[in-house]
Amino acid sequence: MSKKLSQKIAFWTFRILGWFVVGILLWILGFIIYNGISVISWEFISQAPRDGMLKGGIFPAILGTFCLIVGSMLIAFPLGVMSAIYTNEYVRDGKVSRFIRMMTNNLGSIPSIIFGLFGMALFVRYLGWKGSILSGSFTLGLLVLPLVIRTTEEALRMVPDSLRVGSYALGASKLQTIRYVVLPTAFPNIITGLILSVGRVSGETAPILFTGAAYFLATLPSSIFDKFMALPYHLYVISTSGTDLEAARPIAYGTALVLITLVLIINFTASFIRRYFSKKHGAN
Amino acid sequence: MRRFIEKSIEKIFAACGMITTVTILLIIVFLFKEGAGLFNSPEVEKGYALCVNAANPIEYISAPDVKKIYNSAITNWSELVGYDEYDINIVLFRDDNKDIFEYYDDEELGDDFDEIEANIPKKVLELIASTPGMLAFVREENLKKNAKGIKVLNKGTVSSDNFFFGHEWIPTATPAPQFGILPLILGTLWVSLVAILIATPLGIGVAIYLSELAQSKVRDILKPAIELLAGIPSVVYGFFGLVVLVPMVQKTLGLPVGETAFTASVILAIMALPTIITVAEDAIRSTPRAMREASLALGATHWQTIYKVVIPYAASGISAAVVLGIGRAIGETMVALMVTGNAAVIPKTLFAPVRTIPATIAAELGEAPGGGVHYQALFVLGCVLFLITLAISITAELISKRQHNKGL
Repeated sequence: MSKKLSQKIAFWTFRILGWFVVGILLWILGFIIYNGISVISWEFISQAPRDGMLKGGIFPAILGTFCLIVGSMLIAFPLGVMSAIYTNEYVRDGKVSRFIRMMTNNLGSIPSIIFGLFGMALFVRYLGWKGSILSGSFTLGLLVLPLVIRTTEEALRMVPDSLRVGSYALGASKLQTIRYVVLPTAFPNIITGLILSVGRVSGETAPILFTGAAYFLATLPSSIFDKFMALPYHLYVISTSGTDLEAARPIAYGTALVLITLVLIINFTASFIRRYFSKKHGAN
Repeated sequence: MRRFIEKSIEKIFAACGMITTVTILLIIVFLFKEGAGLFNSPEVEKGYALCVNAANPIEYISAPDVKKIYNSAITNWSELVGYDEYDINIVLFRDDNKDIFEYYDDEELGDDFDEIEANIPKKVLELIASTPGMLAFVREENLKKNAKGIKVLNKGTVSSDNFFFGHEWIPTATPAPQFGILPLILGTLWVSLVAILIATPLGIGVAIYLSELAQSKVRDILKPAIELLAGIPSVVYGFFGLVVLVPMVQKTLGLPVGETAFTASVILAIMALPTIITVAEDAIRSTPRAMREASLALGATHWQTIYKVVIPYAASGISAAVVLGIGRAIGETMVALMVTGNAAVIPKTLFAPVRTIPATIAAELGEAPGGGVHYQALFVLGCVLFLITLAISITAELISKRQHNKGL
């Protein structure tokens, strides 16, 4: 076989593989959109389930997921950003920062079900918070911490050193430089990281299985110590357990579509912000 | 004053910097704390002892056998102790103030409540000593030391040997649950290895395409698509697998059930793809331009340059990508829970249901009473999973460090 021919065969294989991956994505998205679109209505989004989960909507699950997003971000965002500032601005390339980065990587590689076990042991049982929005938020908050830290660090690293040095030259202290120069410049990328973390939180199921997710609640949660319904958990229970799985399928498709739409919107927003600001920077 | 504030704020930042370390330590402490009691827990149901008549040659009844006895699959002692040696029918008895009334009437037990209460322990022991075929669960407080004519079986605690090498996982079997995690470990590895075998060639191919061949316009479509693939929640993958792939596998392969190791592997492969592609692409991109150009200058084609120069150079980065992909697949819970079929058996073929460690934890922790043996067993299972993924991430780190050193 001539080397030209073997190159042609190889390159076509890679090209096909590349588009095959896009095909898989389109297949999954298309399948869920095709089957779920007819279920989506205002009623589906704004009402609670009825008739043994076979009718009605998924509003409590949407609300629960929203609570979890807010709760976990209140925990992960400040902690994560401050941690990233410390490693990137204070101890830049020393042993300490290498150690912290290694630990962050390790935390990021721990499977989500382990976080579920941990949340059950610490928050639910040891601290006595029971299964609640609080327990779920803390568990998810710790789960996305590595993601927040990593994206924030990247954002901070992209701030050119000349800005920092310029700030020092004007007599600003380290903290002032961070506060008035570094953070505002890195802000759009930090927000991108935050949005990506929201996407991660809204789709996680395993960590909330034992930290407060409920199959069905007759009333909406009224405090952070109440149990909650959540979109991913709702999709899980409605597609695997129940008396009449086939009859519950439309609801499951609808829930999957809402969940996927949420994730798509989050992803597009993140990439839009990233692109918008990188263009703006490019213009400067 | 300002210096003081600056210093204290730096301290706060430093404290936040330690948060991930603290979290990891807390996870380790709590996983091991909750699971620690397992190997000190009795093998038999809490508060009970398993007793037989002293004449019975049996020494130990395994949990599956106890289960079979309760299901009436085993009805005669000869089936347990060997052929014809002790040919007596098994009589089940439970010391719960109910069964005893079938053997003794009020006259023998006493008239009033207190008297009956006081008589029961004595009568229970008497009954076992006089019934050769009896298999009894006796409350520990009723069991006197050196009771005549009675033998206590299965006195040990849950042994770590049985736990790590036991072939059966029946945690809810009363009265003698069986915790053998071997099928779960093998199930997890089986599913993840097949997933990675599917995902590796695909992922590396796409990574090569993205880094070497694709024009920027194509990249602008492919990159976001791969990001999206990574962003789809695992439960949606699980759902997709359940409603699309499971029936498909069942129909095309003519299997009794579509929930098999293979089905899960396919979905896990798709989920591991983004990780593999991104990391491998970075590794391929890091090949120095000079090396490529040297190869091209010697007359090699682009393809020859890729597989003779670029791939060998990026090999450790690509291996790190594959190892990270394995880590992703091993820890994945929802897909494993929804499409593997959850049968805790040692896998022999690709096309039968299996059960993975994360799926077991997810399925059972909700029903395991807090602090009980089953609960502890699930936490030990969590420790095992934690150690496996830790080993994997350390391996990946070591491998990619080699790549960095090469760059210098």
